[in-house]
Amino acid sequence: MIYEASPLAVVVFFLFVGVTLGLSFFLGKKAQSSEGYFAAHSQIPWFVNGIAFAGDYLSAASFLGICGMISFFGYDGFLYSIGFLAGWIVALFVVAEPLKRLGQFTFADALDSQFQSRGIKLAAGVSTLAVSVFYLIPQMVGAGVLIQPLLGFDHYVGVLIVGTTVILIVVSAGMVSTTWVQFIKGSLLVIFSALLTIMILARGFQVPKENEFFRTLGPVDLASGTLASDVGTLLRASAPQETVTRIIDPVDNSDEPQLVVVNVPGEPQSVWSAAQRGETTYLVEAQTHVVVDGKEIVNGKEKGTKKGEPELKPIGHLSRLPGGVQETGGLGPLEFLSTLQQSEIVLWGKKTSDLEHPKTTIYYQKPTLGKDVLRPGTHPKFKGIQSNKTIDKINFLSLMLALFCGTASLPHILIRYYTVKDGASARKSTIVGIASIGFFYILTLFLGLGAMTSGALDVTNSNMAAPLLAKSMADWLFAIISAIAFTTVLGTVSGLILASSGAVTHDLLKNVLGYQFSEDDQVRVAKISSVVVGAIAIVLGILFEGLNVGYLVGWAFSVAASANLPSLLMLLFWKRTTSQGIIAAILVGMISSLAWILLSGDTFSTIYGMSADDAWVPFDQPGLVTIPLGFLTLVIVSLLTQPRDKSGRANA
Amino acid sequence: MATRNARLGMGLFVVYLVLYGTYVFLNAFSAQTMEATPFAGINLAILFGFGLIIAALVLSLVYGAICTAGDSTSQEKEADL
Repeated sequence: MIYEASPLAVVVFFLFVGVTLGLSFFLGKKAQSSEGYFAAHSQIPWFVNGIAFAGDYLSAASFLGICGMISFFGYDGFLYSIGFLAGWIVALFVVAEPLKRLGQFTFADALDSQFQSRGIKLAAGVSTLAVSVFYLIPQMVGAGVLIQPLLGFDHYVGVLIVGTTVILIVVSAGMVSTTWVQFIKGSLLVIFSALLTIMILARGFQVPKENEFFRTLGPVDLASGTLASDVGTLLRASAPQETVTRIIDPVDNSDEPQLVVVNVPGEPQSVWSAAQRGETTYLVEAQTHVVVDGKEIVNGKEKGTKKGEPELKPIGHLSRLPGGVQETGGLGPLEFLSTLQQSEIVLWGKKTSDLEHPKTTIYYQKPTLGKDVLRPGTHPKFKGIQSNKTIDKINFLSLMLALFCGTASLPHILIRYYTVKDGASARKSTIVGIASIGFFYILTLFLGLGAMTSGALDVTNSNMAAPLLAKSMADWLFAIISAIAFTTVLGTVSGLILASSGAVTHDLLKNVLGYQFSEDDQVRVAKISSVVVGAIAIVLGILFEGLNVGYLVGWAFSVAASANLPSLLMLLFWKRTTSQGIIAAILVGMISSLAWILLSGDTFSTIYGMSADDAWVPFDQPGLVTIPLGFLTLVIVSLLTQPRDKSGRANA
Repeated sequence: MATRNARLGMGLFVVYLVLYGTYVFLNAFSAQTMEATPFAGINLAILFGFGLIIAALVLSLVYGAICTAGDSTSQEKEADL
């Protein structure tokens, strides 16, 4: 699609970002000491901290990734919503209060509070860095995604803008301003998502008229010898008998339709997919996209730069409503879901094939019953749910386990517990967090399904669904939603960078390497490490452009849960835990989950460009193996290293 | 007091774990069950999902209420001593 900047959107956007930055500079003046820089003097009110939890947590993954996944595949994106929220139960019931009692600034402090071991600080510091960087990738990708339709810049420009802005925020302010930014942004995100949901319900559903967006040809007989000239005639080609067609048969055991490649003299090549209506076959328009020598070719023509020039058509429409009506008018929330359940929606499939240009991506229409859209298992990553393959089911269980365990292990969530004054405040702010995050996640289902039927989506990029949905409503709404989403990214990224710089300065340099910093120096070193981590994040954000940000976050959760959760839980609940056990568990959990991801079929196919079948591990999601592995490592190593003179912690 | 909260937290955690586990295993091993539409023409997958989100909120409120009540009684006891 072609994205053009609208002046209103740009003004609202910069106003919003400017106010946020101004606020952080203003509030940041109060936070010059290291206490203030990392933990906001533990003076943040619990309600503000609770909403800031929501601000931290509802990252680009939730807003862009989940909405995008629901809008392209239906229910499956909602599985992430449920898993992300369930993780908070672990955080509240198990981790919040003890963690607050144990620590000072960072996750490593809490783990090490009873051992004074440099090894623990080293391991915990490194794992904080690893998880933060992994979590930063999807945020940066999300940033690029937002900038593109809003300002018309390229992806990498968006990533650079966000990266630089965040580094400025973090360097100028620290935890106080980050918290207030998160509070403001968290509130606005929930309020405007609710508003958008109300607008979706008020708009209801419409079925577009035949040929309004995509052409249909037919009836045709694919088996007949006259297919080519028939198609030529239907297309009103000047010389129909010179039309050439080629049929691409579906891969075995797939639900792909037959595709027909049509070459009409003097016109760009087009692709159509076969669709059955009763006994007769029709051809419905598909779309193609390929990059040749740096130029994008869409539907056989070079992509333009302005509206009205060649571009991929926006997608997202219904093909049938219950009772054959053309539109429903406004609907209640339950009615909205039950109507969709009985409708038929045009989803889009994707296939790569050699056409005029090799390796062209074909996007074809896939009319899908509402009841299938609203059940789990449509997304390729979740196909295990509907198949009988055990390995796919294990992959699904593995992901759901990682989501459940990941939240309570995320460094930027854990450090937020140090910004309130005591355990009770930690508890109350978590409850506020759960309420606002839960409400938002219920909205994600409506936002995603609303986007799915908005007729405004970009077929090449699911991350863009929420902003494009807003754009289909009104330009001002689009500007506000984009600005909120942008500050969402800013806030989450600054939280993560803060957590990483805390890990570097406080855990690694000061406690492991034994540097003695003055207060001023410690803050200065933290700021320098923020710049370095920020720069790394910018580079990774540019490299990982094409992946769904929700999916990327799923990986970050796996690494966090495998590396951090075993030691955190066992320290709290198993008296025989030793420092060596903790160190081993963190390292084994972190390295095994990272290695698993790097050797998985997904990484093979999307990052290295190799076949997924060559992957070294049997399924993509590491959690089911690496989380128990972390626990097992901790138990075995702890048992082997029990203090012999019984004066250690085992006896304490 | 801290141990009492921890025990309560564990109990509620187990309750939620059972709910979440049921949901995940139903999805994985009995996907057809999730397609049933027991209420208002909405399928079980959506109802269960909403239910899990609401259950998280309800359990956290219960936990908060009991812990806060515990906080204040223990403070009163300290005041008596």
